[in-house]
Amino acid sequence: MTTLSFPITVDEQGYYGEFGGAFIPEMLYPNVRELKENYLQIMAQPAFQDTFNKLLKDFVGRPTPLYLAERLSAQYKAQIFLKREDLNHTGAHKINNTIGQILVAKALGKTRIIAETGAGQHGVATATVCALMDMPCVIYMGEVDIARQAPNVARMRMLGAEVRPATSGSKTLKDATNEAIRDWINNPTDTHYIIGSVVGPHPYPDMVARFQSVISEETCWQLQEVTGSPDPDLVIACVGGGSNAAGSYYHYLDKPQVRLIAVEAAGHGVDSGESAATSVLGSKGIIHGSRTLLMQTPDGQIIEPYSISAGLDYPGIGPLHAHLIQTGRAEAVSITDQEAMDAAFHLSRTEGIIPALETAHAFAALDKLTFNPDDVIVINLSGRGDKDLATYIEFLDQF
Amino acid sequence: MNRITRLFAEKQTNILNVYFTAGYPYLNSTGTIIAALDKAGVDLVEVGMPYSDPLADGPTIQESGQVALKNGMQLSLLFDQIAEVRKTVEVPLVLMGYFNQVMQFGERKFLEKCKEVGVDGLILPDLPIYEYEHFYKDWFEDLDLGISFLISPQSGTERIRKIDELTRGFIYMVADAAVTGATGGITEIQLAYFQRIRGMDLKQPRLIGFGITDSAAFQTVSAYASGGIIGSAFIRLLGGLSEAALPEAIDHWVKSIRG
Ligand SMILES: Cc1ncc(COP(=O)(O)O)c(C=O)c1O
Repeated sequence: MTTLSFPITVDEQGYYGEFGGAFIPEMLYPNVRELKENYLQIMAQPAFQDTFNKLLKDFVGRPTPLYLAERLSAQYKAQIFLKREDLNHTGAHKINNTIGQILVAKALGKTRIIAETGAGQHGVATATVCALMDMPCVIYMGEVDIARQAPNVARMRMLGAEVRPATSGSKTLKDATNEAIRDWINNPTDTHYIIGSVVGPHPYPDMVARFQSVISEETCWQLQEVTGSPDPDLVIACVGGGSNAAGSYYHYLDKPQVRLIAVEAAGHGVDSGESAATSVLGSKGIIHGSRTLLMQTPDGQIIEPYSISAGLDYPGIGPLHAHLIQTGRAEAVSITDQEAMDAAFHLSRTEGIIPALETAHAFAALDKLTFNPDDVIVINLSGRGDKDLATYIEFLDQF
Repeated sequence: MNRITRLFAEKQTNILNVYFTAGYPYLNSTGTIIAALDKAGVDLVEVGMPYSDPLADGPTIQESGQVALKNGMQLSLLFDQIAEVRKTVEVPLVLMGYFNQVMQFGERKFLEKCKEVGVDGLILPDLPIYEYEHFYKDWFEDLDLGISFLISPQSGTERIRKIDELTRGFIYMVADAAVTGATGGITEIQLAYFQRIRGMDLKQPRLIGFGITDSAAFQTVSAYASGGIIGSAFIRLLGGLSEAALPEAIDHWVKSIRG
């Protein structure tokens, strides 16, 4: 686990620049304060680090490989490395965070776990650690997502979790998060809410970023071994809430020579009215307890987003990313459903890796970026595509 | 004087505060409902600004908000409706909503508009007291607007003292660890909490809300605080009524709560 200090820090109130904070109903204040006052100290304990690192190694299968994708590299005339988070147990980066948070929950004496999920990867990762730690687990998932990510729903149930449909609003990730927050308000003493991304009230964005920072920590030494330098020229990651991006940027945040690329879902197109490209379409506001960029009407009503990818179908981004994009530290790229689909089939046939639909957006960004020949590019391969097969099958005829 | 301040100066018991969502059940029923509540002798009216993502609200208020938004409810219209009803109605009015709505309107502009149309106070459950104290408190004082912060059974003593200091008007005591609209009778645990808070001798008056659905519950909470707040149960009454039937049904309902 990382011992480096956080290169871009949150202040005492949980702000990255002007983004962050904890805009929560008073009923949640005791829970959030308990977490805020304890998370750093719990995470610093040697026994905690020992257990966390052991589980990451033996249960999750870390370190994940950093793979030089030779055919892709030849095509784009660059050195493209894939950080293989898809090879983690349960198939995505999400489990780095759930292992960490369940250990925090145990240290706080919590006995019940709740979580939201979009693509179902975070739900599966949460259900998995709950099985491991013998804790009851309730997962909130939008009805639309339950339909489009059926294999993950089945996995959560097989792992012993209860999956509760969120039926309000767009019936996707935003609404599942609302329901999870309401559950937490109703169960304030025994329950820990394992948020799945770098969103929510402080300290969640910081805590989740720290747990995911294992991605860039490994990337540093893995690149050092192959190229002689820990630093790539670019790091590319898709952004739903932004946890895999935060984890893959983490140790490069204070190295301005490393370009950070945040890839958002444009859905049917940024101007189509059916999109989730928050950094383009969003403005400052509050969502899920955090001041950040979000898609909203002039009256402050949150706009229902759209993306073919359930994990990117979210109208906000984490406050860290709002800050990175606003200050120019990170560059945002938006990718349509079709471009992501093209990239998913291309990666499958060029490198023999079927990516998650979320991850496919990151690969599609290669066509949108300019870089120098022989630049070292790290793409965070955040998850595998098994859960998306039903969607891919619908597109097989096109390819 | 601020109408909320005046109310609590004149009356310390059995204060009935009724919540409903603006634009529900009909886009233009807001004024009718406020006037009917006033006529029926309700002490305070809490008008909900419908919101897409009301985190602290249960299913009944969520659904009323969805209907109101579908009806076309917007803040500018709500302010017009309030300005209109204010010409004839003196009942204290509190706006309840989420901080993002205030932010997008412009915080200062929002507060000035409240003042202008005759809103007396605000309830913004997701505005933390830290932000209030550091960025907005002076404006509320300048404009003599009330602000009610929430306390819950989990709130610690020190926190409650701080909230007592910052509140202007009345403290909103959440009856139970719950989002609005939870049902079921009042439990021993809740009574112990009501008693604990009563024993703290706070400076600000308290109203107890969340899960208060009938006359019995209203009488119970009134024994431990200045009165109670009823929301979901009133909204359930409104659903299905024609616009013309609202005043009489509201009058009848208020009488049944008063007992
Ligand atoms: C494989 C994969 N990548 C990315 C995401 C997006 O989340 P985040 O932006 O937090 O990494 C998800 C979310 O479900 C996912 O499953």
